[in-house]
Amino acid sequence: MSVFAVPWLELSVGVPLMGGVCVARVRNPVAALRWSFAFAAITLACTLFVLVGQATGHSPTGASEWDALPRLFDVRFLEVDALSAPLLPLVALLHLLTIFTTARTKFPRYSFAWMLSLESVRLATFGCKTPWVLIGLLLASAGLTWFELVRRGTSTRVYALHMGLFAVCLVGGWACIDPALPVQSATLASALMLFAVLIRSGTVPVHVWVTELFENASFGTALLFAGPLTGVYLAVRLVLPIAPDWILTGISLVSLVTASYAAGMAAVQKEQRRFFAFLFLSHASLVLVGMELHTSMSLTAALFLWISAALSLGGLGLTIRALEARFGRLSLRQFSGLYDHSPALAVCFLLTGLGCVGFPGTLGFVGMELLVEGAMGASPAIAIAIVLTAAVNGIAVLRAYFLLFGGGRRISTLSLAITTPERCAALTLAVLILGGGLFPQAGIVSRYRAAEAALKDSAALRPGSDGHGENTPAPSVLRE
Amino acid sequence: MEIAAVLGPIVLLSPALLLAVLGSSSMIDRPLPERNINGLARLTMVTGLLAALGVLMAMLIEGTRLVTVLSAEWIRLPHYHFVLKFVFDRLSVPLVILTFLLCGVIVSFATRYMHRERGYNRFFTLFAIFIVGMVTACLAGTIETLFVGWELVGLSSALLVAFLQERPAPVRSGLHIWIIYRVSDAALLLAAILMHHMLGEGDFGRLLATNSLHPWPEGATVATAVQALVIGLLLVIAAAGKSALVPFSGWLPRAMEGPTPSSAVFYGALSVHLGAFLLLRMNPLLVASHALALLVIVLGLVTAIYAHLVGSVQTDIKSVLSFASLTQVGLIVAEIGLGAWIPALWYVALAHLLGHACVRTLQFVRAPMLLQDYRRLEGAIGGRLRRPDARYLHLLPVRFRSWIYIFALERGYLDSILMEFVVAPFVNLFRGFDKIERQWGDFLAGRRPSAASTTSAQAQPVADVARPVP
Repeated sequence: MSVFAVPWLELSVGVPLMGGVCVARVRNPVAALRWSFAFAAITLACTLFVLVGQATGHSPTGASEWDALPRLFDVRFLEVDALSAPLLPLVALLHLLTIFTTARTKFPRYSFAWMLSLESVRLATFGCKTPWVLIGLLLASAGLTWFELVRRGTSTRVYALHMGLFAVCLVGGWACIDPALPVQSATLASALMLFAVLIRSGTVPVHVWVTELFENASFGTALLFAGPLTGVYLAVRLVLPIAPDWILTGISLVSLVTASYAAGMAAVQKEQRRFFAFLFLSHASLVLVGMELHTSMSLTAALFLWISAALSLGGLGLTIRALEARFGRLSLRQFSGLYDHSPALAVCFLLTGLGCVGFPGTLGFVGMELLVEGAMGASPAIAIAIVLTAAVNGIAVLRAYFLLFGGGRRISTLSLAITTPERCAALTLAVLILGGGLFPQAGIVSRYRAAEAALKDSAALRPGSDGHGENTPAPSVLRE
Repeated sequence: MEIAAVLGPIVLLSPALLLAVLGSSSMIDRPLPERNINGLARLTMVTGLLAALGVLMAMLIEGTRLVTVLSAEWIRLPHYHFVLKFVFDRLSVPLVILTFLLCGVIVSFATRYMHRERGYNRFFTLFAIFIVGMVTACLAGTIETLFVGWELVGLSSALLVAFLQERPAPVRSGLHIWIIYRVSDAALLLAAILMHHMLGEGDFGRLLATNSLHPWPEGATVATAVQALVIGLLLVIAAAGKSALVPFSGWLPRAMEGPTPSSAVFYGALSVHLGAFLLLRMNPLLVASHALALLVIVLGLVTAIYAHLVGSVQTDIKSVLSFASLTQVGLIVAEIGLGAWIPALWYVALAHLLGHACVRTLQFVRAPMLLQDYRRLEGAIGGRLRRPDARYLHLLPVRFRSWIYIFALERGYLDSILMEFVVAPFVNLFRGFDKIERQWGDFLAGRRPSAASTTSAQAQPVADVARPVP
C-alpha cells in the first residue's frame, strides 16, 4: 500500500478534532500543552503528506480509498487542489507554533482544546470546495470565535454585528444565485457576495471588527482567526469563478483603498495590537487586489503573497505575543527599550516585519515584485498605489521596531530572554522566510500552476464572459 | 574572460559569506567572539578586494571593458523573468574596488574603535549587510538587481544610525533616515517598473545599449525624450533621497548619530555617493533628455551651495564633514548633468567620486582625534592655524548676510518644510481617521467613548511619526 493511500486529508481534519476532545479532559495545563503540541505536530505531518501527495500527483485531490466521509454521507466534502494544498500545512504550522510559544503565564487562561477544535474547522475550510459546506464551515469558525470572546468576558457586539451581517450576506447571496432567477436577482446575489467578502476580509469601511477582535480577544485567537486570510479563500472559491467583472473591479478597488488606508493607519498607531491589526489588513487587502485583477501574473503574485503574508504576519504576531507575555500590552506612545532583554525577539520582529513589507531576500519581496508587475499590466495607477503602500508599511514596521526595542533600556531583575520554544519557532520562520525568499523558483512555479488552473476553472464556469463585463454567473455548475 | 569568470563570483560571495556567518550567529543569539568576527571580516574583505583587482587585471590584459560574471534567471515564468546579473565595467570595477578598500580600512579601524562595545556583533552584522548591498548595487546589471542592493544599503544605514539605541535621539534619527530612504526606494522601484512598461527592459545592457564594443559611458537609450524625462525624474528622486540632495538633505547631519566608523564609510564615502552612481549608470537618459540633464545640474549646484552655507556654521566636526561631503556630492552630480554635453565629464565625475570618498573617509576616521591633531599642528608651526574665512560674503549687504546666516543655522528650513507640509498633514489625517474609527467602534459596541477616541488628533504635541508622542 502506498503511503499516499492513507486518508491524510481526513486525518488532517480529524486529528485536531480528536485532540480537542482529548485535551478538554486534561486538567493539568502543562500536560494539556504537551498533548496539544503532539496533536498539532501530527496534524502538521498529515497536511504535509497531503501537500506532497498533491504536488507529486499521487493524490491530486487528497482523496483516498480509505476516506470515511464519502462512505458516511455519500458525498466528498474534503478535496484539495494546487491552490489549497499548501495552505493546509501553513494553517497547521501557525497553530503548532502558536501552541508551542504559549507562555506558561497564559496556560490557565488559554484553552488548548478550543484551539485544536478551531484548527480542525479551519483546516476543513481550506480543504473544502463544496459551496454550502464551505459556507457552513466559515460560519462555524466565526461562531466558535464568538464563543471564545464570550468566554473571555469581553465585548462581542462589534464582532457579532459584523459577523452576523457577513452570515446574512453570504447565505442570502449564495441562495439567490440561480440562473433561473431574473437578472435583478443575480445582481443582488452578486452584490451580497461582494459584501460578504468585503466584511470577512476586513475592507474599509467594514473593518472595525478586526481591530476590535485584536484588542478584545487573546492575541493567539485573533491571530489564528485572521492570519490564514480566510476571506481571500472565500473570494477565490465562491466569488472569483462566478462573479461578473464589476464585482471583481469593485473588490479590487475597495481592497486597494483599504491597503493604502490601513498602511497609513499602521504608521500612526499608538498601540501595538492596533498597529498589527492594520498591518494585517493592509496585507490581506493587497492579496485581494492581486486576486481580483484576474490575470495569471497577478493571481500568481496574490497566491504567493498569501503564503508569504501569512508566514511573515504569523511570525510578527507570535513575536508580539511573546513580548506581551513578558511586558503586558505595549504602547507605541513612547520608547520601550526592550532590545537588551530579548535581542533575539528584536531580530525576529525585524525579520518578520521586513518579510511582510517585501524586503529583498525575504519571501515577501518576490510576491510584491510579481504583484507590482501584474498590477502594471492592469493599470500603472494600481502599481504606483501598491508601491507607495509597501513603502508606508515599511515605515510602520520600522517605527514600531524602534519604539519597542530602542530609545532606552528597561530595567528588570528577571531574565526575559527568548525561551527555547520561542527560539525554535523563530528559527523555523526565519528559515522559511529567508529560504523561500532566496530560492523562490519552486514556490513561484507551484503558485503559477495553481493560478493557471484557477483561471481555467473560472473560464469554464463563466461561459458568458466576453471580457467586457457582460458575463452572467453560472452557479449551477458550482452547486453540483 | 575565464579568470574573470572565476574571480567575479568570489567578489560577490566573500561579503555574502560574512553576512551569512554573522547573520546566523545573530539569529541563534550566539554571537561570535570579537577575535573571530575581526578575522572573518578582514579575510572576506581582503579576498573580495584581491578578487576584484584580479578581475581588473584580467580585463586590462585581455583588453575587454565589460565582463558579465553571473547572469541567472532567479525567477522564471512564461511571461516574467527576474534576472540577477552582475557586470564588471569601467564604472562598476573602480567602485567595487573602492568599496572593498574602504570597508577593509573601516573594519580594521572598527576592530579597535568598537572593542568591548555592547552590540559589537550587531555592528559587524549590519556592516556586512551594507557591504553586500554596496557590492550588489555596484555590480548590478539590471535595475532589479540594483534595487536589491539599494534596499540593503538603506536598511543597514538606518539601523546603524540607531546603533546607540539606548538613547532616543539616534533612534529618532534612524527612523527619519528610513522614511527618506523609503521614499527613495519607492521612486527607484517605480522607475524600474516604468522602464519595463515603456521600454520592455530592465537590463542595463539592452536598455542603455552598452556592450563590450560600447562599454560605459558609451551607449544610448531607446527611450524617447519624454520617456527619458519621466523615468529620469523618478531616478533623480531616488538619487536625491540616497545622496541627501536638496530637498532631502536634512537627514545627513542626523546620520552622524551613528558610530564614527559607519559614519565614515556611509556618509563620507560610499552610501552618500550611491545616488551619483545611479545617475552615472543611467547616463544615456541624460543625453536623451536635456531637460533632465539641466535639472540634474541645477539640483547638484543648489545642493553644493546649500551644503557649503550650512556646513560653514556647524559647530561639531562630524556635521562639518557631512556637509562638506554633501558639497562635493552636489558638484559631482552637477558634473554628471554636464556630461550630457561633454561626455568626458562623466570620467571626471567618477574620478571626483573616488578621490572624494578616500579623502573624506580619512577625515572621518581622524575626526575623534581632531583636537589632538590641531594641537600637534599648531605646536609644529608655533602658532595658531588660520581659520577659514568666507570673505566673499562680505561683498553682500548686511541684511542679506544675516538672512543667509539664519538660513544656514536653520539648515535651510528643509526639515521644517518637510515636517510641516508633508509629514504633519499625513499624520494628522490618519490620526483623525483613527479618532473617528474609535468613536465608531465605541458606538457600535455601546461603550462610553474611550479616552483615546476623545483626544483631538490635532492636539497631539508632535504630529510626527519620526518622533513618538510623549
